[in-house]
Parts: sequence; structure tokens; C-alpha cells
Amino acid sequence: MTVADQTGRTTLDTVANAAATPEQEQPHAALGLRDEEYARIREILGRRPTDAELAMYSVMWSEHCSYKSSKVHLRRFGETTTDEMRRHLLAGIGENAGVIDVGDGWAVTFKIESHNHPSYVEPHQGAATGVGGIVRDIMAMGARPVAVMDGLRVGPLDAPDTARVLPGVVSGVGFYGNCLGLPNLGGEVVFDPTYAGNPLVNALCVGVLRTEDLHLAFASGVGNKIVLFGARTGLDGIGGVSVLASETFGEGTGRKKLPSVQVGDPFAEKVLIECCLELYRAGLVVGIQDLGGAGLSCATSELASAGDGGMEIDLDQVHLRAEGMTPAEILSSESQERMCAVVTPENVDAFMAVCERWDVTARVIGEVTDGENLRITAGGEVVVDVPPRTVAHDGPVYQRPYARPAAQDDLQAATTAGLARPSSAAELAEQVVRLASSPQLASREWVTDQYDRYVRGNTAAATPADAGVLRLDDASDRGIALAIDCNARFCLLDPREGARLALAEAVRNVASSGARPVAVSDCLNFGSPEDPAVMWQFAEAVDGLAQACAELGIPVTGGNVSFYNQTATTAILPTPVVGVLGLVDDVRKAVPAGFGAPGDAVWLLGETADELDGSAWAGVVHDHLGGRPPRCDLAVESRLASVMAQGAARSLFSGAHDLSDGGLAQALVECAVGSRVGASVTLPPGDLDPAAALFSESAARMLVSVPAAAEADLARLCVEAGQPAARLGEIGGDALTIAGIDPLDVAELVIAHTATLPAVLDD
Amino acid sequence: MSARIGVITFPGTLDDVDAARAVRYAGAEAVSLWHRDTDLQAVDAVVVPGGFSYGDYLRAGAIAARSPVMGPVVEAARAGLPVLGICNGFQILCEAGLLPGALVRNSGLRFICREIRLRVEADTAWTAGFEVGSAITVPLKSGEGRYVADEATLDRLEGDGRVVFRYAEPAPNGALRDIAGVCSTDGRVVGLMPHPEHAIDPLTGPGADGLGLFTSVLTRLTAAA
Repeated sequence: MTVADQTGRTTLDTVANAAATPEQEQPHAALGLRDEEYARIREILGRRPTDAELAMYSVMWSEHCSYKSSKVHLRRFGETTTDEMRRHLLAGIGENAGVIDVGDGWAVTFKIESHNHPSYVEPHQGAATGVGGIVRDIMAMGARPVAVMDGLRVGPLDAPDTARVLPGVVSGVGFYGNCLGLPNLGGEVVFDPTYAGNPLVNALCVGVLRTEDLHLAFASGVGNKIVLFGARTGLDGIGGVSVLASETFGEGTGRKKLPSVQVGDPFAEKVLIECCLELYRAGLVVGIQDLGGAGLSCATSELASAGDGGMEIDLDQVHLRAEGMTPAEILSSESQERMCAVVTPENVDAFMAVCERWDVTARVIGEVTDGENLRITAGGEVVVDVPPRTVAHDGPVYQRPYARPAAQDDLQAATTAGLARPSSAAELAEQVVRLASSPQLASREWVTDQYDRYVRGNTAAATPADAGVLRLDDASDRGIALAIDCNARFCLLDPREGARLALAEAVRNVASSGARPVAVSDCLNFGSPEDPAVMWQFAEAVDGLAQACAELGIPVTGGNVSFYNQTATTAILPTPVVGVLGLVDDVRKAVPAGFGAPGDAVWLLGETADELDGSAWAGVVHDHLGGRPPRCDLAVESRLASVMAQGAARSLFSGAHDLSDGGLAQALVECAVGSRVGASVTLPPGDLDPAAALFSESAARMLVSVPAAAEADLARLCVEAGQPAARLGEIGGDALTIAGIDPLDVAELVIAHTATLPAVLDD
Repeated sequence: MSARIGVITFPGTLDDVDAARAVRYAGAEAVSLWHRDTDLQAVDAVVVPGGFSYGDYLRAGAIAARSPVMGPVVEAARAGLPVLGICNGFQILCEAGLLPGALVRNSGLRFICREIRLRVEADTAWTAGFEVGSAITVPLKSGEGRYVADEATLDRLEGDGRVVFRYAEPAPNGALRDIAGVCSTDGRVVGLMPHPEHAIDPLTGPGADGLGLFTSVLTRLTAAA
């Protein structure tokens, strides 16, 4: 805490003061540091830390920034990534975002990140700044952000707090993304009781750059200037560091505490994007870092440790929006829409001129030095003098105990075998409609109609398509496809298989457009790492995902971990959300979502087994969750993806939709509803009972539409590839007619599927 | 020589790249105009694109309407320069006094993004290529798209044939009399909430109906030359 002198005026807790007052008590525990972590800081510095240093270490050594509980497990991603998998990787884990070389001088960067806890406290701003943060990560790679996606998980649709959280989160995602001019390609909305007190907001951003424009966060070149630009630094988002502030500013000082959730200004970020891109084009940036979690503490220590090591920063130069901010507050502020650049001295004037053109405030706040330490001054006094690596990278690493929970066996033993299955034509039809109109599977239009998907004019497919498809630029028809997925119910039953299935589904979604999957980003949302059962889920999921990526030969390029998603002792379902990036050689040949034209044939690619454990059917009809998730064979998944890519290149498909939640029944309904046309189909051949054939969630399956003229070609392709395939029937008419069940009127299906969310969420 | 159509960029403008692409697809040259410019570079027409100019601070379009570039735009428009305002551009033209009425918060209080059908109801510089009474499908994407004006103004607009576009189904944003777009008395300044520039290629939009606005103005310009 800051020491008050005899006049009552507060003075700075300088390095000299810290050295002179070793016995001064510090609120390290209130800042989230354990006793041994605090002792370690004292050992590193050879004295007690100053207030400002304590603020930096506490925030940088937090779970959020240091990955102290997950680090030992995340190494699996590095260990399982081969050189062959890295071949097209220009930047990987550890950078702001992974970068993939996609050919012809183009590169794509993407990343998914969580903003869960702020979105519970303040849904609109929490979600908005979640989008803002991931967009700045992409900008920091030298890329133009070109699209966003979001994965949302909230409590049951009819739970009272969902009416607060979901509309708030959606308006936040929409407000920020729409105002930035980034098309939203889709994502997920999932309802489950475990998310009631812990909503998940995972935001993905993708950017495009020329390979020569790749920028990495490092500060090298002695004498180079550190420029802070963008919004002013204020008291928002300071969180735990207010413990220090409250010591400084007692009752009666008139200073109001600001909310700990940051406040977003997408207009400021839009201008910052254009300003950054102009700076990159002009070659005025040596290194760049966004300011996100941990603000300047993170940006300065990471830039310095990735460069030559020494840096001096003068906090008096930081443009502030509040008066009387302490060094600790300035360093910890999470005010949004700020970037930090390293600029050679001769380019500073040109840099400032670009910022002036965009009305972006910019100040030189320091420079790269030939020293070894990060030295920060305020009021002419040294308040921070630390080896930057000790802040940014040498945080504590924990081997948290983990153990398979005893209840796991019982959970897996409680299969769906004993559940009543429908068999009559009427009963089957009723359950198809009940699933299609359930909150779990109903249309997400209420959400996605609040997001702009057209802006920038490159969106070839967006939700409800399985994958978003984006043209990379006007001049070429080259494109990308993106999907994010996770069936957390499967992950609860078996976190290892569940994580593999999440990857399989994202790959399948990307493949449905005909794209070739090439890279992965993950967002690992779990309960408390201090609970051995949660840690076991995490370890299993990470290892499963790492091995699965190796089997498919596509690398994890980055992502994030969010722990402590639990209410009291109840953790959320283990939710490792997987984002997959695919490449599309020609967006004009991308396979459209849903059914093709009337008269086209409907084929089912893949094999259906009796796999109802963990299914939407079990959940919706029987409120049941138990047993084992469907089998996941990635070689089979990979074969399906390859058939889709080859078929798309030969224009064999007029439509496609993957099979996942709700199985074949739901896929048929979604195709009919999306394309506003019926079909007449049989159930796939085999001896499955109709309920299993309709509702099983076996992996590696795709429903495709095939023009008559292409059927022979597709049959040949499937035989050559060893791909199981069955012709189910034809598109056409006003009803979805499935052999053995009562016909379903398409117009009635549209109402059943689309009315559920508005009925609850519209006032 | 092809026509030159200016596309203005304010801080916070988003659909300028789309508007410029639509201009090029129509066969004209797109000329970038910056909000601080006071010289319109002798362009033959101007598009004021969508977005959130100046963050929609104060009121949507209010600050942009008073920016340096709008001085010469208003002056030229009053002298007959064809001007098209889309979404935020429509809001700006209303704020600048070139078009009557105002755009306020959608009646449902939420941003709306969906493809909608519009009826073309007037022959203007930007709709000359359409049959009056025909329908087009384009995206609507706005949070403050509800067109309002007093009854007398609405009567006058309808009486003078200045309602250029009307929602074919009840206006999703609650726009009075389902009005989606209106024009100046000379039919050369047009503003509409939906986005024709996002409907110029079936690959990226609902179709290519929107391209007709841009080819219409080219036809007019060529005929006048």
C-alpha cells in the first residue's frame, strides 16, 4: 500500500522505499497470491515488491494469465504436433494467435477465447468486450480481422436468469461485432442447468494477412520507442488491484469505485483497426501487442521478455481518463481498445501522423534499453524494476492432483438401454417434432438475426449452415471455412472421447462445405482445477484432443483455458470447445447448406449404430444423461471429409448437412426447414429399430443432396474411397415423408422449429 | 470514360468496401472520399454507405451530417448530383436535411438482420432500371431503422410519389406506413434502410437485385452525358 506522509499526502511506493521497508505488510492474499508465491516474488527481487510490482505479479501470475494449473497438460499439444503438422504454421501456441500459410502469399490467423465470468456479472458488456479482446489478438498478428463467431452456453431456456443473461450476451456480441463491421458466421447456443450460474461466452475471430505483414509481439532494437495508442487508460476492469486502491483512497475521498467488468467502445476499436492496418502497410511497426487481460502489465512484460530484455516506461506519459490513478492501477487497468507498438525513432513522426489521421490518441511511453530489467517510473521515481521474464513467463506451475471420480462408473453404467423407445408411426413423428422444437435443437434465428452476417461482402455461408464460409478477397475465389463445436454432454460421460468427438464434429462441419480442415483453436472451459475430478476431466480432454489432432494431422494453433466455472461445488459440464479452420480452393464450388433442388436425391454418407447414450433424444424425451458417448473413429471421419472435398470439387453435391445432435431426424428437419421443401425418404438399411435409426448420434455421417446426373459419379467415388453410403430418397413436395412414420408438413415444421426461442425470449 | 461514383468513408463507416464493390460491379469507377475532404473530385454521383459513423454518438448520423465532406455533398445534391444513402447513409441524409423524416430505434428494440422483400414504388435516378411495382430481395440490418415523420409529411411523400421503397410485408422495424426508402423532390437523392450493396452477387447475398440501383444511376448519367 502507498504510504501517507505526515501531511496526509500519499507518496509513491518506490523501489527505494520497498528496499527500505522490508517489513511493510502487503495484501498479497487479497490479490490472489498464495504465501509461497509471494515469497517467491521477494526471492526474485531480493526485497519486497512495490505496490506496482505486486499488482503486476499478482495479475500476471493469476490462473487466467499464467495457466499455472493447465501448463503441464497443455504441453501435450506441443508434444503431439509433428514437423509435418507444423509445415504451414507461421506462428503457433504462445503467440497472440496461430497463423497458417494458405498459399499465394496469403495467411490466415484465428483464435477462440473465453469471456465467461464477466458475462455473468454484466452480460452485455462482458460479451461485448469478449469480442473486442479476441479481435485485438488478431490485429496484433498484423492481420485484418474479417469475421467472428461465438459459442454461448447458458442455463435452461425457461430459467429466470437466462432471460437476463442470454439477451444481454447476444446484444453485447451483436453490438460490438456489428459496430466493428465484422460478419458473424454463427456458432453455438447451448442450454444446460450447469451453465445457469456460469454462462460461457467463447468468441472466435479470424483475420487475413499477407505473409510479409506478419507481426509478432517483441521489443527489440535498443533505442526503439514504445508507443501506447488507442483509448485512454481508466479505472475500469481493475478487479483485484482495487485492493491496493482502496488502501490509498479511503472513505470520503469522493472517488467512486468503477465496475470490475470493462466497458467496450466498438467505434474506438473500429478506428483502431483501420489505424493499425495503415501503420502496418506503411511499415511503421517493429513489434506490436494488444492490451487485454492485465493491461500494461502484460503488454510491457511480454514485449520486453520476447525482445532483448530491457525496457523503460514512464507512466506519466500514459494518457489517462481518470485523475489520481496510482501506478498499480495504471499498470492493471483493463481499459479496452488499446494497443502497444515498438517503433524505430525515425518512424515515430510518421506513426503519429497516421494516428492523427484516424483521430487515435498516441503517446511515446518508453523505449527499449540495453539493460536486463523492465523499469517503470512515475513522477520521476522508479516504481517497478523487475526481470520481465519473471513476470510474463516464470510464474508458478502446479501439478494439481487429479483423479477419476468414483461416480464416473455409475454414470457410464446408467445407459439408455432401459429407456422406452417409440415404435408407432404417430409416436415417432411426435418425437421428431418434440426434438425439433425443444430448446436444445430449436432454430437459433432469434439469436443470429441480431448479428450482421453480410458486412464486407465476402460471406458465402453463415449460420444456420454447418460452417461459415468466407471469401478471402475479391480478387481470388480462394476461401476459408470455420466451425466451432462441443457436445459437453458427451464430455461428461467420457471427457477423452468427448473432446475427440468435439474435434470430429467441427471437422465434419467444415467438411460439409467441401473445405479441407487444416488447423484447430480450442477454448477449454472447466470447473475448479482444485477439484481432482475436474482436473481429471481436463487432463483427459486435453490428452484426447491432442492425440486426435495428431491422428488427423492438423495442429492446435492456440486457444485458451477457463477454469473455476462452477457454482459452489457444482462444476459446469466439461466443455472443450473446438474451432476448426478449413481451406476452400474455390468458394463458388462450396457446398450449400441444407437440401438441394426438388428432384435431387438424398444420400446418407456414413454408418449408423445404435448409439443413443448422451443423445439429444435421451435428454429431451427422457431427461436422461448416462452411458457412453458414440464411438469416434477419426480415420473414418477423415475419409468422410475427403469424400466431401473431392465431391465438392467435382460439383456432385447440391446440398449438405452433417448429422450431430438429434441424429438423422433432426438433420432432415433442419434441411427441410432451411430449404422450405419436403422430401420422401426411407430409413438407412440395416436392422436398427426406427428410433435408433432416427435419433442415434453416431459420428462421421453426412446428409447430402445429389442431382440425378451426379449420382453415378458419387456412387463411384464412395466405392473407391470405401465410404459407406445409402440413397434414402428424393427432395420435393410440401411434406417430410419418412418411411414408417407419419408425414410431417414442412410449413408446420417451420413453425415448430422457429417459434421456441421467440416464445420465451420475446417480451 | 466510365462514370466516377464517390463512396464516403467516415470513421466508423463499415459498408464502404461493399458500396465500392457494387459501383465496380455496375461498371463505374469507385472514388474514395474521406470525411475530412472538402473536394468531391468531380464525381458524377455519391454513395453514403452504412455503418456506425462516429459510433452513432449523439444520434445516428448526426455528427457525420456536419462533417467537412457533407458540406459540398449537400450543395451538389441541391444542384442535382445523384446521392444514395444506405442505412447509416440514409440517417445521415435525413440529418443533413436532404431527405425528410427520421430513423429511430426499431419497434422491437433489437438489431434486425434478415433478407426482406421490398416493393419499388417510384422512378428515381437510382431506380430507373426497375419497373415501378416490382419487388426486390435485399438484406436489412439495422437497430435504428424505423422510419418516422409527421402525418402531413407522410401524406405529402405518398402524394408526390416520393416513397421509393416499401417493405412488402409489415415492416419488421415498425417503420410508419412500411416505408423503407424515400427520395428528394427531384428524385435524385434517395435514402433507404436495407442494403442493396449486399445483394449484388448470389455468392454473398440473397441474389443480385440490389445491383439495379447502381446500374440505374449509370444509365441516367450516360443518358445525360
